[in-house]
Amino acid sequence: MTLVQPLTTPAPEAGHAPAAAILRNASVRFGTFTAIQDLSLEIEAGAFYTILGPSGCGKSTMLRLVSDLIPAASGEVEIFGKSTEEARLAREFAFVFQDATLLPWRSALQNVELPLEIGRKRGIEIKTSDRSPRELLELVGLKGREDALPHELSGGMRQRVAIARALVCQPRLLLMDEPFGALDEMTRDHLNLQLLQIWEETGTTILFVTHSIPEAVFLGQKVLMLQAHPGRLREVVEIDLPFPRAIKQRETPEFMRYAAYLRELLETC
Amino acid sequence: MAVIDDIPAQSAQDTERAEATRRKINAVAVPLGTAAALLACWQIGVRVFGVPNYIAPAPSDVAVTLVQEFPLLMQNFWPTLYESLLGFAVGNLAAVLIAVAFVHNRVVERAFFPIAVFVNTIPILAIAPILVLIFGAGLTAKVVIAALICFFPTLVNMVRGLQSVSPQALELARILSASKAEVFWKIRLPSSLPYLFSALKIAATTCVIGAIVGEWVGADRGLGALIIDATFNFRSALLYATVFLSSGLSVLMFATVSIVERLVVRW
Ligand SMILES: Nc1ncnc2c1ncn2[C@@H]1O[C@H](COP(=O)(O)OP(=O)(O)OP(=O)(O)O)[C@@H](O)[C@H]1O
Ligand SMILES: [Mg+2]
Repeated sequence: MTLVQPLTTPAPEAGHAPAAAILRNASVRFGTFTAIQDLSLEIEAGAFYTILGPSGCGKSTMLRLVSDLIPAASGEVEIFGKSTEEARLAREFAFVFQDATLLPWRSALQNVELPLEIGRKRGIEIKTSDRSPRELLELVGLKGREDALPHELSGGMRQRVAIARALVCQPRLLLMDEPFGALDEMTRDHLNLQLLQIWEETGTTILFVTHSIPEAVFLGQKVLMLQAHPGRLREVVEIDLPFPRAIKQRETPEFMRYAAYLRELLETC
Repeated sequence: MAVIDDIPAQSAQDTERAEATRRKINAVAVPLGTAAALLACWQIGVRVFGVPNYIAPAPSDVAVTLVQEFPLLMQNFWPTLYESLLGFAVGNLAAVLIAVAFVHNRVVERAFFPIAVFVNTIPILAIAPILVLIFGAGLTAKVVIAALICFFPTLVNMVRGLQSVSPQALELARILSASKAEVFWKIRLPSSLPYLFSALKIAATTCVIGAIVGEWVGADRGLGALIIDATFNFRSALLYATVFLSSGLSVLMFATVSIVERLVVRW
């Protein structure tokens, strides 16, 4: 594994590295409907997790729970030793949605700068990446398109702007809900490689929801398989494939074995 | 060699440009030609059937009046322009502020929206005399009438615009721990601009109607007053010229708003 730890990562407290996220018997209910029940899970800091599961099993709900968008009905969620609210206020995590959710009147660069503007007038101290918004756009391969408005960019480019925006506050945890779900195969492959590169360079922890088994195997160190009715953890599958990963690895027998295993598991969820 | 090579590309570009120019000319020439043809029909019809001038003046009579009575027309144009602009500003500003209050406070919306709907259902012609009674025959009544006619479409559009923010954008704001004020200034207000401008384009023409209706009810100056005056004195050519100038004012207001829109709403 070639996980490069950035210099800015704070020194681990009390001897051991704190987990990025810990869920303890966390449940989420919408009225009487239980979307997630008694989910217990420890997310290792710096790791790349992909999340698979049948549609409606609670993958998005789990990310929304972790990102303090919805409260836990019972149990607890901890992000780097803080409550989800504290972690949100400290900008410990960032979220990338399925559609890029760019503000259409702002240029690519201004969209990346948005998180830096919010809270500044209120005197809130904002953590910033070592890289400027311009450099982040360069990192995601959009050098020269800084002034383009979202409607002038392709779907893949817009999603890359969204990723740059997510990185601008140097989050230690990156939550991604099917970020490449609406893109074509080629663009998706390209962005997968780019994302792996960003992950290695920044050392951030990633929770990545996908519907694609090959994508889950290709990106993840660990695959979290969720199960429906009610949503809970079925299995954590470690993907023991070497990094840096290359597209052609997908034709290796090991890769196919993982994919076949996950497919079978998914069918019985 | 290079020169020879350039020729086909050059001429292809030229034909393309010529094509574009011709399309642009067509876009202007066709409606203008139609209007000219209709005017010609009118002119010929009036002359052939010997229609008396006080019933329907020929376009040429109107044109002559437009030139001869230009000082009189202008003298009445400025007050109407002034009332329309003030009414436009007051009505739209009030509508925007109230829309903001509605969006931030459901109770306010529930209390006042039905009243706004009710006021909107009263025909402006019926409410104008009431307002003239209240505010007198001066400037205020006309401005209030013009403002009132702008108000409702802008209110409805602005509320819709402020609510047009996608739930996802609001979740993004929440994850960034944005305050209510930040959500408003950075997300809601810009999102509402396309809606606001479509309302302002409506208001740009209706505020002129409001000002003229106000002048009908009680005024001795303005295009509305001149319309009444010309009608009662059987000065049909002057009446037509005034009507022409009124719609000119509306077009001017509409065009101004459209240009501002194009500069502001670039997405
Ligand atoms: N706001 C809500 N109100 C009521 N029920 C909800 C709400 N959000 C999600 N649910 C329900 O919770 C369950 C899990 O939803 P969730 O969106 O997390 O599924 P998912 O695994 O992300 O599905 P998909 O793969 O289709 O995106 C679903 O049954 C859904 O109907
Ligand atoms: Mg989902």
